[in-house]
Amino acid sequence: MWYLMLDVDVCGVRLKNPVIAASGTFGFGEEYNQIFDVSRLGGIATKGLTLNVKEGNDGQRIYETRGGILNSVGLQNPGIEKFIGEELPKIRKLNTVIIANLGGETVDEYIKGAERLNDTDVDIIELNISCPNVKSGGMAFGIKSKDAYFVVSRVRKVCKKPLIVKLSPNAEDIVDMAIKCAEAGADGISLVNTFKAMAVDIKKRRPIFDNITAGLSGPCIKPIALRMVYEVAGAVDIPVIGIGGITCAEDAIEFIMAGASCIEVGTANFTKPNICLNIIDGMEDFMNKENIKSIEEIKGIIRRK
Amino acid sequence: MQPVYTKGEVLKNIKVSKGIYKLSIKGDYNANMGQFYMIKAWDEEPILPRPLSVHDVDKDSIHFLYEVKGKGTERLRDLNKGDIIELTGPLGNGFDRLKIKGRVAVVSGGIGIAPMLYAAKTLKDLEVDFYAGFRDEIYVTCDIKQYVKNVYISTDSGTYGHKGYVTDCLSESLRVGGKKYDTVLCCGPEIMMKKVVDICETNEIPVYVSLESSMACGLGACLVCTCTTNKGKKRVCKDGPVFLGEDVVFNA
Repeated sequence: MWYLMLDVDVCGVRLKNPVIAASGTFGFGEEYNQIFDVSRLGGIATKGLTLNVKEGNDGQRIYETRGGILNSVGLQNPGIEKFIGEELPKIRKLNTVIIANLGGETVDEYIKGAERLNDTDVDIIELNISCPNVKSGGMAFGIKSKDAYFVVSRVRKVCKKPLIVKLSPNAEDIVDMAIKCAEAGADGISLVNTFKAMAVDIKKRRPIFDNITAGLSGPCIKPIALRMVYEVAGAVDIPVIGIGGITCAEDAIEFIMAGASCIEVGTANFTKPNICLNIIDGMEDFMNKENIKSIEEIKGIIRRK
Repeated sequence: MQPVYTKGEVLKNIKVSKGIYKLSIKGDYNANMGQFYMIKAWDEEPILPRPLSVHDVDKDSIHFLYEVKGKGTERLRDLNKGDIIELTGPLGNGFDRLKIKGRVAVVSGGIGIAPMLYAAKTLKDLEVDFYAGFRDEIYVTCDIKQYVKNVYISTDSGTYGHKGYVTDCLSESLRVGGKKYDTVLCCGPEIMMKKVVDICETNEIPVYVSLESSMACGLGACLVCTCTTNKGKKRVCKDGPVFLGEDVVFNA
């Protein structure tokens, strides 16, 4: 009967539980399905997709730091057409909610991408205006609220799917940004993407990454991500998806209590490939012990008291 | 072979040379030569597991040879008999047995010898010459002898075998020794692999190289371990770690 307690509604889509594998850490789900039954997940957010194929960044792409990792992948992906033709049929068979993460360099590219996804059976679009690892676009729309408003409102006009906007913690004012995205017609907000960060190779006396900066994720960002989710959830009426350093059920519950409808797990997938299952099971255990009947019962509860 | 995520018990973790250790895990494992496992022997730090190539497989154990280089391998070094580690594997495309024929040269540099014991063992029915280069101390070559015809050793310091590079030995065999190979397998530092690929190109021998990269998922999902090839960026973990040498664009 576990699913009765854990299922959640996000932008009109029913998730069997609130645990989603985060974009960029889970490919298109197939690789992890070799290791565990990914149909147990609430959903999968795909690798960030762009209209055209993207080769991604040169040089080193990963670096470990205390409590986290820095990555500089640069939205490498096969392009939307290939995704629809080759990946989507396979990912659809995985029997979980499919969230297509959509990136772009120009407003036009976002619009064309969203239009192309209209005719597919992806469940939700997660508009990625927060990738710190591509030079033009991506996060360029995720810093100033007015830029985000512009791209989200344009995409909203053509997009027939539920539209979630994934925010960058590097936004000038994350709360204002969320409000503007909601005003522009977003059905939901997910946050946070990675923090713009860097590392130096002291022997070679140069930055680790060719792009100099990279995106920081992992447990070290959790308290900041949690604060941002709390603030955003208090400011908008649309569902909020909490992301940032979640490694265990307790972390996930914190985000829910701070106001998130569900959560995404990213970096932790690398520490243990089936960690999402531990999180789902752990949430169920916690709810049983605390006599909590549904996720809805505890969502945003810290604000209610 | 479908990869699995599992826990394994440490049978042995012994020092085989300066900074070089061999970790043996109990259990019935099945892997192809050149494949690897993602290994984690700690709870929190470092965040990522470490990719280690399969050094050898016995009926009731699997072995990994590793060089202590940083925080992860330091933690591995401290493992004792009875400790439990986490493993995901076998992963990646190893050396393809069906593409390897005739007389074979296996060329390793330093810890690049790690996957080559199991390769030599798998190819024991072929005529294999083994070329192993080291900085100073040599290791594993004694274990390899039983599976191959000849072993050629070089050390940078001259402590053992040819003083200089292992690529000198390979060149010498081909040029002066009149050796002919149908296939070459190679694993080592990039600069050395590049040299081996050049030598093989000159001599028109297909060469398969096993690449090393930092990894996060190890499964082909996260795209942090890509290498550059003539056919675009490829995932070392999933498309490799073994590639046809002529396809790889080396940084060195």
